[in-house]
Amino acid sequence: MSTDNSQRNAISIRNLVVDYGQRRILSDVNLDIPMGQIMVIMGQSGAGKTTLLRCLLGLKKPTSGSVHILGTDIASASLREINKVRIQMGVAFQGGALFSSMSVAENIQLALREHTNLDEKTIEIMTRIKLDMVNMLPAEHLMPAELSGGMTKRAALARAIIMDPKLLFFDEPSAGLDPSTAAELDQLIITLKNTMRMTIVVVTHELDSIFKIADHIAVMSNGLIIETGTPQQITASTNPEIQGMLNRKPRETIVDTDTHLRRLTGGV
Amino acid sequence: MLKSIENIGAIVISSLEQTGRTFNLLLIVFWELLQPPYRLYPIVRQMYFIGARSLTLIIVSGVTIGMVLGLQFYNILERFGAVDLLGAGVALSVIRELGPVMTSLMVVGRAGSSITAELGIMRITEQVDALECMAISPGKFLIAPKLVAGLLSVPLLTMVFDFVALFGGYFVGVYMFGLPEGSYMNGMTDAIEWVDVRLGLVKSVIFGLLITLICCARGFYMHLGKAGSQGAEGVSSVTTDAVVMSSIAVLFSDFLIGALI
Repeated sequence: MSTDNSQRNAISIRNLVVDYGQRRILSDVNLDIPMGQIMVIMGQSGAGKTTLLRCLLGLKKPTSGSVHILGTDIASASLREINKVRIQMGVAFQGGALFSSMSVAENIQLALREHTNLDEKTIEIMTRIKLDMVNMLPAEHLMPAELSGGMTKRAALARAIIMDPKLLFFDEPSAGLDPSTAAELDQLIITLKNTMRMTIVVVTHELDSIFKIADHIAVMSNGLIIETGTPQQITASTNPEIQGMLNRKPRETIVDTDTHLRRLTGGV
Repeated sequence: MLKSIENIGAIVISSLEQTGRTFNLLLIVFWELLQPPYRLYPIVRQMYFIGARSLTLIIVSGVTIGMVLGLQFYNILERFGAVDLLGAGVALSVIRELGPVMTSLMVVGRAGSSITAELGIMRITEQVDALECMAISPGKFLIAPKLVAGLLSVPLLTMVFDFVALFGGYFVGVYMFGLPEGSYMNGMTDAIEWVDVRLGLVKSVIFGLLITLICCARGFYMHLGKAGSQGAEGVSSVTTDAVVMSSIAVLFSDFLIGALI
């Protein structure tokens, strides 16, 4: 990987392999994510999207390969080095992962309190600015249990951007939301990219969202990245698996009758 | 036969792994406690949860156990014409054994179970992952305050338990059976030595550390056990495990300390 490439790419993944016990979840994944762009990682359930995201976040040590994030290979880095990278990252988890014993504002302020020496007034103002960005200002003092699904995701997003990260990760931003709330979140992601110049990685299988927000798309299937490109390139792909995903066709499982019967009867 | 041996082997390996993880967590947390920033508020908050909110339970159970002890000892001592020793009997049993053990078991039931459930739920709802992604050490942020609070709260609660249990015994001896007050009090003060008080306190510090450590570790590492992917059922299962393991640890270490000291 040349230095030029490292500088242009926020993330570079090379030959990434992840095994869980005997099962291979990711096989030789290679991917570059350019600075300041939105990369959507799409694929069917069980394709390995979440495992790839966990490797990017440093939550899962890969079996082999490298994951360069902002110039640091977090696959081989120490926890201290990984944490230096993490301070420049924000993550919005699928279920929000808000701390249930803290109010929305306290959740958002946590990273500021832990990593900066800002005074209380500044922390409060910064919290309100981020809450305002995600249209959550009135919910400042609510507890996570009092929020709807959409509000939870927006609060999680506010928490993710409180440190003005260079990189933002989103796990299934529109999963479980009604179409209009999902569209609001999509718009918010685009606004964040444009206003804060963030590199954003979104893991999702919601087609409507994907084509609305993506600058680049990586399509995953069975632990492999089978295609990368712009939304136009992916739409024009002749790969039958990608066309199946885009046209919402059910997966074909080709099993002969004898094998199928053996599976049902347990070989009796 | 072979299957049974395999099963026993699997249980032994899993227990060793759990024990290793638990003590590894202890080392990590103590190391992280030494690193700045040092914050008192989270410890105070946990002391309120583990200590202050257990106070009613400790007082009620302490008085009751003291009264039961007074009753049983009186019946036994009366047969030998040695009712004057009632104060000594109650005090020695409470301060050396029952105080630390019963307090720890009460804390396990009230606070230990909820510590495990809280950490287990945080694990399965990705709150622990969220902390790691914010470059905040879950060991320092979540575990350390609980561990320090357990270490400090259990001895304090033990002192309260001892005091109210002695009062329970006094009430039965003096008010129910009409023993002279001086006889009960003198018996007690003559029998108790500094070494007994110290033994009780040493036990309570060790028990406090053990129960909070086991309860924290079971919840924090719930994703690594068999119950890891079982959601609510998994949390309930590790919570039960934590209570059982902590109780056994208290009783077994009570025996060990008693034998060694």
